[in-house]
Amino acid sequence: MAVAVERPANDELRNLSLSGHVGFDSLPDQLVNKSTSQGFCFNILCVGETGIGKSTLMDTLFNTKFESDPATHNEPGVRLKARSYELQESNVRLKLTIVDTVGFGDQINKDDSYKPIVEYIDTQFEAYLQEELKIKRSLFNYHDTRIHACLYFIAPTGHSLKSLDLVTMKKLDSKVNIIPIIAKADTIAKNELHKFKSKIMSELVSNGVQIYQFPTDEETVAEINATMSVHLPFAVVGSTEEVKIGNKMSKARQYPWGVVQVENENHCDFVKLREMLIRVNMEDLREQTHTRHYELYRRCKLEEMGFKDTDPDSKPFSLQETYEAKRNEFLGELQKKEEEMRQMFVMRVKEKEAELKEAEKDLHEKFDHLKRTHQEEKKKVDDKKKELEEELSNFQKKKAAAQLLQSQAQQAGSQQTKKDKDKKNASFT
Amino acid sequence: MEGQPVQPAPEETPRNTNPANVGLELFGYVGIEAVLDQMRIKTMKTGFEFNLMVVGQSGLGKSTMVNTLFKSKVSRKPTGPGYEEHIPKTVQLQSVTHIIEEKGVKMKLTVTDTPGFGDQINNENCWDPIIKYINEQYEKYLREEILISRKRKIPDTRVHSCVYFVPPTGHWLRPLDLEFMRRLSKIVNVVPVIAKADTLTLEERAEFKQRIQKDLKAHGISVYPQEDFDDNPDDRILNDKIRDKIPFAVVGADKEHQVNGKRVLGRKTKWGIIEVENPAHCEFPLLRDLLIRSHLQDLKDITHNVHYESYRVQRLNESNRLALSPVNGLLGKDEVESDL
Repeated sequence: MAVAVERPANDELRNLSLSGHVGFDSLPDQLVNKSTSQGFCFNILCVGETGIGKSTLMDTLFNTKFESDPATHNEPGVRLKARSYELQESNVRLKLTIVDTVGFGDQINKDDSYKPIVEYIDTQFEAYLQEELKIKRSLFNYHDTRIHACLYFIAPTGHSLKSLDLVTMKKLDSKVNIIPIIAKADTIAKNELHKFKSKIMSELVSNGVQIYQFPTDEETVAEINATMSVHLPFAVVGSTEEVKIGNKMSKARQYPWGVVQVENENHCDFVKLREMLIRVNMEDLREQTHTRHYELYRRCKLEEMGFKDTDPDSKPFSLQETYEAKRNEFLGELQKKEEEMRQMFVMRVKEKEAELKEAEKDLHEKFDHLKRTHQEEKKKVDDKKKELEEELSNFQKKKAAAQLLQSQAQQAGSQQTKKDKDKKNASFT
Repeated sequence: MEGQPVQPAPEETPRNTNPANVGLELFGYVGIEAVLDQMRIKTMKTGFEFNLMVVGQSGLGKSTMVNTLFKSKVSRKPTGPGYEEHIPKTVQLQSVTHIIEEKGVKMKLTVTDTPGFGDQINNENCWDPIIKYINEQYEKYLREEILISRKRKIPDTRVHSCVYFVPPTGHWLRPLDLEFMRRLSKIVNVVPVIAKADTLTLEERAEFKQRIQKDLKAHGISVYPQEDFDDNPDDRILNDKIRDKIPFAVVGADKEHQVNGKRVLGRKTKWGIIEVENPAHCEFPLLRDLLIRSHLQDLKDITHNVHYESYRVQRLNESNRLALSPVNGLLGKDEVESDL
């Protein structure tokens, strides 16, 4: 049966005018409701030296106390510590994951400092990619662990970026949205701050580091994003302690010479950071992570594995076939390895068996030998015993004979004496 | 600014498992809920796509219904007296695409019509072209999805909802209806409606509906909203109410008439004016609400998360078996996980 599908060409899309209220303007609300019921994921990576104020800033940003103990300075290498929290504000549930770099900048040799960080980010991409490539997958309730924003804490030296910072940021800029911030900004005076910021930005540009650009294509947010971008990198101060200022309690740091108010825009850029990170661009950060960084990772990974997009006329499922071939290869290797291991195992078992048999034989021999010795000894003892018995019986015989002789001699003696006596008696008569 | 009891979480690296749930209390306003607005703005900027398919015999009022739903001349078919419709010899599929906008929300609407369905003397396998079309759309999306360099936004031509028009016989579902719905409810969201319901009285309507519901249940056909996909108890209650009324008895009209001083869409007959948007007259408002105002996103989600995924599983398994080499007789299980 012939099937004809009549379709207009793409540019024949007509704009239609509606003569009444249809009702699909509720679509964004439908979509938002769906997302609210599922909850949102947001993952922040904090990169910075130990003691630079990462945990405090997180506490201040999210207005809560994340349990964490300060790290020591003796870590042998950089490791990443991830913690997940569930926050709820009105009807929005946020699954927040904060990843900390423990030990960053503490080692004497910092060559490989960036490696664990890149590895961690790649691992999260890999997990997502694997889920996406599964045959039976469930992406819609997948807990997204990919890093959406990386806050890079710059030490407030007042001069320029450290080379460690440049190297690390360069390695991370194609994998994650980097937002550089100047930590502990209350140690820098205002005029120095301005110079410091320009120096940092120019260094970033001259080294080709791509930091996250606040989106300016959407009219509603373009303006605020543009004005905020001028202040990059944000100089922040974090504090969870409250100080009475005027008649209000607000977050601040109290010094003998004054009070640094965290939420005062004249004192530091904390409010700007909060606006940009959470209130204005959280969704854009998530989208950029998915559509730019993750796609790049996916493309590189698949190309690395040998896949290619086909040209229009060759068979379209070559991705699947190559992938299948690779998988067969891999499984074949696995099988081979399994065989090897099995054979080795069999061999070892045989060896052990032979050893054991040898040992058993030895034992038997020893046992026989012992038995024989024992028997010989026994025989000797028996012989001796016989000899002894013989001697004993001989002796007894001799003794008996001697006694007999003695008694005979006695008898004879007594008879003689009697005879003599009789004779005597007779002679007397 | 609610909170949950604080429980310290052990140190861990989250993978694709649920996070250690540490519910924390917020001491002040953070602004997380602004993400809802951000999302709203973003989606309004990118716009929405919706693909509807209407299936039914000719003359059941499909084109009129679509026009009534979207309050505009979506279907280019001229409807009026003196027009003789040419019934094609085979089932054809015709798609028209329009961009409609309402209060800043842009929607790219594609309506696919199926003239010739059920119109022949021998209607065997007349659903095949339709099934083929639906699967072709899934295939297109799948191909885009497995490319190495993917588009930022993959164009979505998959059919989100298939409205099936049941002729108002008042008796039972015909074998053609059952066959079609049985096959298609497995691959697409099917919404059955009783067409031209103005030929049935309210009692006849209720009885017809009951019989149809019984028929569907007896044959194991699950139409939209499917019971298996109710996420939470609230959804279930809402959807149960809808399921009670399926199939909706609808009347389509694209002419306006004057009733009680108001202009309403309706059909004018000698014995009265049937107001399309009056819930007492017909259930058109229910259909419109279901398709557009409340469940549009849900239709798309189920198409994407359920129907498209099962097509993908089937397709990937097929090519699995094709790629089997005789040496490695390992594959062939139905659900083999990928292992990169």
